[in-house]
Amino acid sequence: MSKLLQDSAFFCLAISLIGYEIGIILRQKTKLALCNPLLISIVFVIIILKVTNIKYEVYEDGSSLLSYLLTPSTVCLAIPLHQQMGLLKKNMKAILAGILSGVFTSLAGVWVFSMLFHLDKKIYATLLPKSITTAIGMGISEELGGIVTITVAAIIITGIIGNMFGDVICRLCGIRHPIATGLAIGTASHAMGTAKAMEIGEIEGAMSSLSIAVAGLMTVIGATIFYQLY
Amino acid sequence: MKFVRQFMIILAISFVGELLHALLPLPVPASIYGLVLMLIGLQTGILPLNAVNEAGGFLIEIMPMLFIPAGVGLMVSWGALKPVIIPISIIIVVTTILVMAVSGRIAQFILKKEDKKHE
Repeated sequence: MSKLLQDSAFFCLAISLIGYEIGIILRQKTKLALCNPLLISIVFVIIILKVTNIKYEVYEDGSSLLSYLLTPSTVCLAIPLHQQMGLLKKNMKAILAGILSGVFTSLAGVWVFSMLFHLDKKIYATLLPKSITTAIGMGISEELGGIVTITVAAIIITGIIGNMFGDVICRLCGIRHPIATGLAIGTASHAMGTAKAMEIGEIEGAMSSLSIAVAGLMTVIGATIFYQLY
Repeated sequence: MKFVRQFMIILAISFVGELLHALLPLPVPASIYGLVLMLIGLQTGILPLNAVNEAGGFLIEIMPMLFIPAGVGLMVSWGALKPVIIPISIIIVVTTILVMAVSGRIAQFILKKEDKKHE
């Protein structure tokens, strides 16, 4: 049985998409941020692999179509960025200052805490890109010699926090302006936070998705500089 | 055919991104080179939006699913994660809240100042 599943060309891809679908259904039924489809599908696939006794390498091979599409999909983030160029140009100063300060806070925060906890440089590099979108974050972590799978985990947990508490945190901090709210959520918690920002409002959603690309680009440069500091 | 042509353009840009990543000695992922290239193309009008719009929209829509394999990779890196799970959790929670507060407050401060100027 295990041999049959291992040799199957479709099993790994199928369980990935089934897990995602289960996540979407659970999210709709429970409305809980914790029922994040990505999180649910990851847990679902891990359980199936453990039960069927299939090694990760086999799964990695079988689901390579998903990883394959990651780069073209990230490239396409240029499309919403292009479409929102008008809004960006009009509020250029506030938007860039907001995102830049957020990116700096994220990197400086990881730096200070890593020193405080005496973390290994490998772990430090792993955590530096934790606030940005997974595609870019994975790339940075890989370039700096971090542990990519932990980076992905950190990014997902960050996203879940932003998705669950983004609006509450903004309200507690006195952030009310729609542009500022969108920027804050997008800069701190990338695409998963953006899903929340889209629910709050159109401007919030647009600003949040803009922040994903801009914060991602700034972090590419910022993480490289901060990596040298440690 | 339209969809295939759009996909072809996106893959071609991704490939050029890969080339730049291989040739330039910078720690920039291939996807970012591609993103910047596509943005330049769209902004200058060399690449019309309708040449990539539908396939691009599809790729952005399915993006969260593309991270499943990386997430499942946790089952092999769990050993490395386990000893540092507490500091990592603290760092994630605290910095996420801090980033939100700082970027939101600073953007709001400048937005309000500029609004007053216009009044």
